[in-house]
Amino acid sequence: MLTTSQSPVYVAHSLDEALTLRAAHPEAMPLAGGTDVMVFIEAGAIDPPGFIDLWAARDMAGVADADGGLWIGALTTYTDLERDDRVVKAAPALVEAARTVGAKQIQNRGTLGGNIANASPAGDTLPVLMALDAEVEVASKARGARRIPIDTLYTGYRKLAVAPDELITRVFLPTPHPADVQHFRKVGTRLAQAISKVVFGARVRLEGGKVTDARVAFGSVAATPVRCPKVEAALVGRAPDPAAAGHLLDDIAPIDDVRSTADYRRTVAVRTLRSFISSLA
Amino acid sequence: MHIGRDIVRIDGHAKVTGAARYVDDVRPDDCLYAATVRSTIAHGRIVSIDQDPAFDWSDVTLATAKDVPGENVVALMTDDQPVLADGVVRHVAEPVALVAAPTRDKALAAVRHVRVTYAPLDPLFDPEASEGSATRIFGEDNVFSRITIDHGDARGALAAGGTVIEGTYRVGLQEQLYIEPQGMIAIPRADGGMTLFGSMQCPYYIVKALTRVLGHDKLNVVQAATGGGFGGKEEYPSMVAAHAATLAVKTGKPVKLIYRRDEDLRATTKRHPAIMHYRTAVDPDTGKLLAADIRLLFDGGAYNTLSPVVLSRGVIHAMGPYACPNVRVEGRMVATHTPPNGAFRGFGAPQVMFAAERHMDRIARTLGRDPLELRRINLYRDGDVTPTGQRLHDVGGAEVVERAMAACEAPLPPSMHGTRPGGGGSAGRRAPGRGVAIAWHGCGFTGNGEAALKGKADVALEGDRVVVYTASTDIGQGTDTIFPSIVADVLGIDVERVRNADHDTGLVPDSGPTVASRTAMVVGQVVKRGAEKLLDALRAEVGGGPDDSFDALRAKRKTDAPLRVQSQYEDQGAIWDATTYQGEAYPTYGWSCVVVDLDVDLDTGEVLYRRLVQATDVGKALNPVLCSGQLEGGALQGLGYATCEEVVLDDQHGMINNRLTNYIIPTSLDAPEMVTELVEIPFEFGPFGAKGIGEIPHDVPAAAVAQAIEAAAGVVLDVLPMTPERVMTALEAKGPGRDA
Repeated sequence: MLTTSQSPVYVAHSLDEALTLRAAHPEAMPLAGGTDVMVFIEAGAIDPPGFIDLWAARDMAGVADADGGLWIGALTTYTDLERDDRVVKAAPALVEAARTVGAKQIQNRGTLGGNIANASPAGDTLPVLMALDAEVEVASKARGARRIPIDTLYTGYRKLAVAPDELITRVFLPTPHPADVQHFRKVGTRLAQAISKVVFGARVRLEGGKVTDARVAFGSVAATPVRCPKVEAALVGRAPDPAAAGHLLDDIAPIDDVRSTADYRRTVAVRTLRSFISSLA
Repeated sequence: MHIGRDIVRIDGHAKVTGAARYVDDVRPDDCLYAATVRSTIAHGRIVSIDQDPAFDWSDVTLATAKDVPGENVVALMTDDQPVLADGVVRHVAEPVALVAAPTRDKALAAVRHVRVTYAPLDPLFDPEASEGSATRIFGEDNVFSRITIDHGDARGALAAGGTVIEGTYRVGLQEQLYIEPQGMIAIPRADGGMTLFGSMQCPYYIVKALTRVLGHDKLNVVQAATGGGFGGKEEYPSMVAAHAATLAVKTGKPVKLIYRRDEDLRATTKRHPAIMHYRTAVDPDTGKLLAADIRLLFDGGAYNTLSPVVLSRGVIHAMGPYACPNVRVEGRMVATHTPPNGAFRGFGAPQVMFAAERHMDRIARTLGRDPLELRRINLYRDGDVTPTGQRLHDVGGAEVVERAMAACEAPLPPSMHGTRPGGGGSAGRRAPGRGVAIAWHGCGFTGNGEAALKGKADVALEGDRVVVYTASTDIGQGTDTIFPSIVADVLGIDVERVRNADHDTGLVPDSGPTVASRTAMVVGQVVKRGAEKLLDALRAEVGGGPDDSFDALRAKRKTDAPLRVQSQYEDQGAIWDATTYQGEAYPTYGWSCVVVDLDVDLDTGEVLYRRLVQATDVGKALNPVLCSGQLEGGALQGLGYATCEEVVLDDQHGMINNRLTNYIIPTSLDAPEMVTELVEIPFEFGPFGAKGIGEIPHDVPAAAVAQAIEAAAGVVLDVLPMTPERVMTALEAKGPGRDA
């Protein structure tokens, strides 16, 4: 139960330095905004042998328009997302999610890359990124960059398909189709400083009264954030049908924990999804 | 004049600028840091306490029960609670040993290297199984206290006729959640005595407890700037002080003990859970209450603390603010192997008033009457007699209801429908509802308490300034502004020239504890008398005339020596029999009507508050902005009690959501618009007519919320907290019906 860490901190001033430090100290924990890491240290949950402080690597922050979409740097904060017109236009559900994270202080400090790396099943941006077909770019000094579709990034509870010498560098969001409707819903008992009991993101393409494409992803209802292929399949090819929400129970596996119950999560996931689908009709 | 005006808080500047010194801001030279080794099981024998030989103990001091210098007891009502567990532990997180080290990290590390071996015993967690259980926790039968009020012939009247309506109501634990955790520094004095400096409500409680722990009374207790208490710093700081002092005696050095938030939540006292059974007879034609038979069961936890007093207030308030000719209330406070529960704003009243108000709703539902109309029919009026046989006068019940309902005429603030971040836009389905509940709350100590205590205050002229000496602490409620305002008005001088002395028992007399809605009303009146006595003494000293101003009298003095007078509580002749629980239970009562408007989210069971109107009889608003602040803060705490504050226990009855992320209190975004009507029906023995207001705002918001949820979504909840999980279970049980 130590409240402070005595471990060394390696400071990266650029992405290149960060990758060099990562290769040299693969055991060290990358530190972005620190909004999760600091809490874990204070709680005595982790005591890593070192840290790579990324905050000064400003080339890892910011939004760029390229490759038929938006590239969002891993160090881009929630506040940055809320204030970027391109993100507001292309990914309103992501902005909505950013607005619900912690409180303002957390939003000023917490980063998109940090939310992805922390890999919490309750991470608020993660189901939205899944719904938006985001790809996560990771890079290492030795092997360069590669792109991972976010719905294959998580391999288990708080486990990522990222090598020990790799860092999350940026996220790619493809430009949305004009007929796409985006949605974000968070259930957390209070309006700020809430950890989600159920959270979901959705993107539904509506053409001629019919759903032609659908992505639905939920958080806090399984060991990882999950895509919901059964629901998606039930939605596509017909007018928006609230009954499709019934398939959700085949896509999620919630548990009882200190914050809520499996029953509540199941019921609320179905009800909120059903309400969203009803709103499309 | 200062009374009745919004005088800016005298302590405000220092708190806003960070200059105020809280206990953790202070570090005496040579100070050691302490930490506590706590029981990991609910019940068991301590087989051994060993130090890990692999750890460096060279600069660490370990203390166990045998190191307590005097008696191993936290003296309060009974002597059942030890400073450190000796041979047996009776609840999880019970203090077993202490360590002191040069740094906080070293102390926390040392705690992890103390190996306590237990022989576990069967724990008893169910309060309904406690009385007479073979598993003995307290006394002969595990009952801390038992109180019966018998007024009229309740059972006879219940058998005689009317519509009999029965209900059971349950409330859970609630955490006070003061913003500053518990903390204390013990400083050995050169004269062999001890100074205790820390976060607290009641300095003289610590004097009493530490005199036993140290085995001498060469001690003074000093309140640091304190970040809230809500009852949580009434009795518990005696424990923290005893621990710091034990280590200070053993090491000969100052010792600082500050709780971590998770530790504070897991170890310290909470509001008592209760199971409350109501059986009433009502005249179906008039809606009048005929008889009530009420049984209350409170869970005190493993040690007695102040539980009998909590039960007492619960029993007296159990009928709510309604006249009933035949009332029997049987209250029991029992022991379980749960961390001890203790003082918390309202002190038993919020529990029973939730039950009383939900029972009124049940009666209204059964009779097909409007719940507010039923309340109006039965509400106390002047001349009515309470279950303790007290004849009421200056009853504010009807007036607060009318004022609250009038304030409700204003249009509601816009629904949060669709405006909530992450709330799902127009897809959210919300049902609006309104609930009304009414509270009464006895101000000050029960019965002869004040007359027995004889609270004292000194007022002194020192140079051209006046100093007020009391043990009544400012824990955020404004005492350090209210007392100087009272004195300034009596003396006719600017409040800038009046200050409360440090709340240091070496300087101040015993004014009684800072509890029970008594500080402004009871001690404030003692202070007012003190100021009057000072004026008299000054006039006598200089031979001044009745029309000479304070400063004119002062100018005639031939000395600069301080002039200090003492005033003490004057008995108002209350007649009270503590054996029969009959008589004048309280010198006066506060009255409050709360109206809550809310939306129930039918998809999530979450409650979104829109507006809370409260009209409260405060006697006299000594400082309206501080008064409203108390009322609004208390009401918000009541809304937390209503819907989101849930203490989740593990299999050893330790709190497992012991973090601010998981113990959910409302944020400013969750707070409704607050409309606060100050009704002033003066109390003749209160300063300028003031009544106590600290606790009443917490009493019935939860009941108003329950009624509003029922109105909104058609589900009846008779349990607190009404978490989204519980609301959703009720919605699901109701079936698709109106909300599908």
